[in-house]
Amino acid sequence: MKQRHTASSVGIKRRENLQYYLMAAPFLLAFFVFTLLPILQSVALSFFDYDMVSMPDFAGLKNYVRMFVDDDVFGIVVKNTIIFAVAVGPAGFLLSFVLAWFINEFRPTVRAILSFLFYCPSLIGNAYFVWQVAFSNDSYGYVNSLLLSIGLISEPINWFKDAHYVMPILIMIQLWQSMGVSFLANISGLQNVNGELYEAGAIDGVRNRWQELWYITLPSMKNMLLFSAVMSIANSFSVSAVAVTLAGYPSVGHAVDTIVSHISDLGTVRFEMGYASALSVFLFLLMVAVRWLINRVLQQVGR
Amino acid sequence: MIFEKFKRRPAATGLRGSQVRKYTRSRVGNFFYVCFLLLFGAFSVLPLVYSIATSFKPLDELLLFPPRFFVQRPTAQNYLALPGLLSNLRVPLLRYLFNSFFVTIVSCILYVLAATLAAFVLAKSPIKGKKPAFLLVQYALLFNGTTLSVPLYLIYSRLGLIDTYWVLILPNVASAMGVFLMKQYMEDAIPDALLEAARIDGAGPQRVFWQIVFPIVKPCVLTLTMFGFSQAWAATGGNTVFNETLKTLPTVMSQITAGGIARSGSAMAVTVILMIPPITVYLITQSNIVESMSSAGIKE
Repeated sequence: MKQRHTASSVGIKRRENLQYYLMAAPFLLAFFVFTLLPILQSVALSFFDYDMVSMPDFAGLKNYVRMFVDDDVFGIVVKNTIIFAVAVGPAGFLLSFVLAWFINEFRPTVRAILSFLFYCPSLIGNAYFVWQVAFSNDSYGYVNSLLLSIGLISEPINWFKDAHYVMPILIMIQLWQSMGVSFLANISGLQNVNGELYEAGAIDGVRNRWQELWYITLPSMKNMLLFSAVMSIANSFSVSAVAVTLAGYPSVGHAVDTIVSHISDLGTVRFEMGYASALSVFLFLLMVAVRWLINRVLQQVGR
Repeated sequence: MIFEKFKRRPAATGLRGSQVRKYTRSRVGNFFYVCFLLLFGAFSVLPLVYSIATSFKPLDELLLFPPRFFVQRPTAQNYLALPGLLSNLRVPLLRYLFNSFFVTIVSCILYVLAATLAAFVLAKSPIKGKKPAFLLVQYALLFNGTTLSVPLYLIYSRLGLIDTYWVLILPNVASAMGVFLMKQYMEDAIPDALLEAARIDGAGPQRVFWQIVFPIVKPCVLTLTMFGFSQAWAATGGNTVFNETLKTLPTVMSQITAGGIARSGSAMAVTVILMIPPITVYLITQSNIVESMSSAGIKE
């Protein structure tokens, strides 16, 4: 039998590998042209002065130095980005797992209904407009008119223009929106856990649902957890659209301006593409560092 | 009652019918548990209810003080006003409708197929270079897209894609999220031994993919279909489509909202109408997930 491992077997192997390459090609090609190439160009642009009209002008590390020495709002936007990331990232990640875990125990119809309810904010693009109505600055806003009618406040609060309130409100809205991709990924991940493992666990002395979760469920869906963690990082570090729509840019006292809001402002209003790109690279490195940390944490799961 | 069914479904977890779960909870625990879920559910469904309620409000209720969340005297006038508002569009409404469905369906199919095939290769093939390729895919997700619009525009125009359907379709196919999701799912769901056995039986990559891998990952395929659909459905084409006959439904929306408060009821009506396709697809895919999950018992 051993001799057959020769010419024909190598030929089959080569043909199979070719098939694999062909199967991956459509995505990889599109990914390279429309995702990777623009990213590489953007990284390259971070070393140039580029106003989108004249030719890029090589600037070396100037853009990177500028962040730290010559940008008044840089410190503020980094601080706000980290506040959002810390408040929304872990909580959103946990919430999307815990809710998926909870509803996993219901029968299919109830589960489908509950997951639809939770997923609603993501299903309806820019659904956060409902908060704009709720927290509207005049006495017509739902929150203001409620607080006025029970006498808690004497005049309407301008929620999105008040540095005290705008950050907590936006964190709440972000959390409300965090039942997105990771939530559905967790649902399908949970349903994938092999039931025989639970039986084996019961025999091996798993005593309650928390032990079951830690020793069986979580380790069986480690890969899915990594996916939701990465998506949570990407989302929580990129808070911007909601903040800019509801609170404007610059927001009151830069209270909710983030790195991404700063980047969009530089890129679309001030036409400083080189500097905007450098900030994107900075944000990317920040997320890569957090991603590395989370990987370390996930390796502890089930130990 | 919900409580009576408050145990894992035997089919999906692989438990035989006779083996019932051992851990039970107190009634008080169950009560708080359901309360929490219902509260959070109510909180989440708010925008949907509000949008639908508002789309049926007559003008005077839209301006009511103090504002009321629910509609008092529902009227269909916001919906009935739509044909009039839409009659003076430069392009017939049907064309926008066609564009939206065409672009969404084509990019959805291409997105899911390309992502699933590539994820299979990245997760389960022996070929060289799959590890670095997957790292690139993962890290690309962490790069914020804001500064990419200029390089992307240059690439589109270099390839002659500006003002074609392709510029609305191809970027969806390139999205790294789907491959990442699908690859992680395959790692958790498909035992290597199963594929090894198929290979020994003489099945090539194509057959292994279509006959073994694809049926197992069907739930994830459906989830991805839903993402792909709602993503493409919401896309406007931005600064890459100028030809009015190629634009999609969201542009019609912006023409109606431009009318100020008097039209806010009609704008809400359009919002509600635009929500219907993604919600329909969500419900279809979710119910299928439930179905195919209980029938897919291939676990070694």
